[in-house]
Amino acid sequence: MPKQLTGTRIRDRRLARGMRQADLAREAGISASYLNLIEHNRRRIGGKVLNDIARLLDVDPSMLAEGAAETLVADLETAARSARAEIDTAEPAVDFASRFPGWAALVTAQAARIDTLEDRIAALSDRIAHDPQLETALHEVLSVVTSIRSTSSILVGSDGLDRDWETRFYKNIFDDSLRLAESSQALAVYLEAPEGGGAAGLGPAEEFIAWLDERGHHIPELELPDADVRAYMDRTDWPSEAVTAVARPWLERYRDDARALPLDHFAEAAARHHCHPGALAEDTGAPLARIMRRLAALPEAATTGLPAIGIAICDGAGALIYQKPLPGFELPQTAPGCPLLPLYGALSQPARPLRAVISLPGGSAPRLSAYAVAEPRAAASFDAPPVMEATMLVLADAPAATAQPVGRTCRICPRPRCAARREPALVPMTGS
Amino acid sequence: MPGRVLLIEDEPNIIEAISFILTRDGWTVHTHSDGETAAERVRRMPPDLVILDVMLPGRSGYDILRDLRADPETRLLPVMMLTARGQTKDRELAEQLGVNLFMTKPFSNAEILEHVRSLAGT
Repeated sequence: MPKQLTGTRIRDRRLARGMRQADLAREAGISASYLNLIEHNRRRIGGKVLNDIARLLDVDPSMLAEGAAETLVADLETAARSARAEIDTAEPAVDFASRFPGWAALVTAQAARIDTLEDRIAALSDRIAHDPQLETALHEVLSVVTSIRSTSSILVGSDGLDRDWETRFYKNIFDDSLRLAESSQALAVYLEAPEGGGAAGLGPAEEFIAWLDERGHHIPELELPDADVRAYMDRTDWPSEAVTAVARPWLERYRDDARALPLDHFAEAAARHHCHPGALAEDTGAPLARIMRRLAALPEAATTGLPAIGIAICDGAGALIYQKPLPGFELPQTAPGCPLLPLYGALSQPARPLRAVISLPGGSAPRLSAYAVAEPRAAASFDAPPVMEATMLVLADAPAATAQPVGRTCRICPRPRCAARREPALVPMTGS
Repeated sequence: MPGRVLLIEDEPNIIEAISFILTRDGWTVHTHSDGETAAERVRRMPPDLVILDVMLPGRSGYDILRDLRADPETRLLPVMMLTARGQTKDRELAEQLGVNLFMTKPFSNAEILEHVRSLAGT
């Protein structure tokens, strides 16, 4: 019953200041009986009378006004639900908010902060579970620890161990300890957040990609001929303003792509050409990058019998701005990618389509067919450099032919002899 | 009577340690480090038990296990998987593919011995 609040708070405030009802009424220029009705919430109050009483009680009028209190009560009830607190119904939030508005505001602010921090923890947990760089670094640490534990157990638990074996195992432990020192130090550097925090959190682009991941990178509402991006965005709950800013142009382009290549016809053509972007471009007359984006946006139901489809898009500086990963192919969102990927090769040869069969290091990484092209993102204009963007489609359909060895990023790439290496790896160097 | 174990693992020091403790226990241990050719190696010289790492160069342990379970000759071969990836989804995937035992790193030598003896039925 929020409408009762103002009177209750006027009464509490007056009693707290030791004022008689008659004195407050007189100074406010109203009758004592009228003030009595107000204090028992039987008359609504506002305007000049509220301002006068607030001034006489030495309190800001907003602390007595009904609208603010209603919001506060709603926030308190949300906080209680969020904390699954068992609140005695004999102590309604309305009383707490009316008697102690400052403390009530603090409770709601703390509850909002807890919500924000919980969201952040969820995002970090998600990142830990899906970040290929972190996963590889942890795998390296655990492998070395396993080796040390197993080898040291042999040394401790084997009486009369042959001298040659003993020497060998000591050397193995020493080598492993060096590896462990290096890999754990690198891991610590990777996890270290800069001043001000936030490095381990998600940026707006990452948050938006996570949002797309949840939807399978397919937005049915924007496939409709009369799709309205603004209306769709208004109906959608976005994590932050920054994510909205990233999402808007991406969704507008999605709508344009969908209008140019309507889903039904495109899905049928994709099946006919087995997702080959060159054949689809010839068939539809659409630019390659648009074909690739539409393939990545196909709904799951339309991809039965087709190879798994992934995509990566970077800007002219090589920064990854969008990706739909595949099992075994996921580029780090923040670290620079492998320069051998056709995605970056395309940037140096604008408008020239490139294709290659690529193989990534690691057991779970398949061979992939990669198709890349770099095109201007916006219409060209005089006296301004073109804004380039490279798009690379990856299909899990590569034949067991000779493949171009590539990586994800140097820090987790074990290839020992690579002309493109920028920095040492966290993992042991193996293979070619 | 201990038999033959094929250890498919690419970490040289883990290979050496596991080989040592199994050999000392009477097992004949063969090792293989390449994921690409591992399934073929199993078919060529079928062991009594396979110890299979998940992350291998060339091909993952999951793919190798899938191949082994699809082949009538190796469908019932006991396979113990070792991995640093101990998440529930990894364990579930291994179980779906038909693994006999899923062990996460780091493990103790005693655990390895106990499970090898148990799986190989000695």
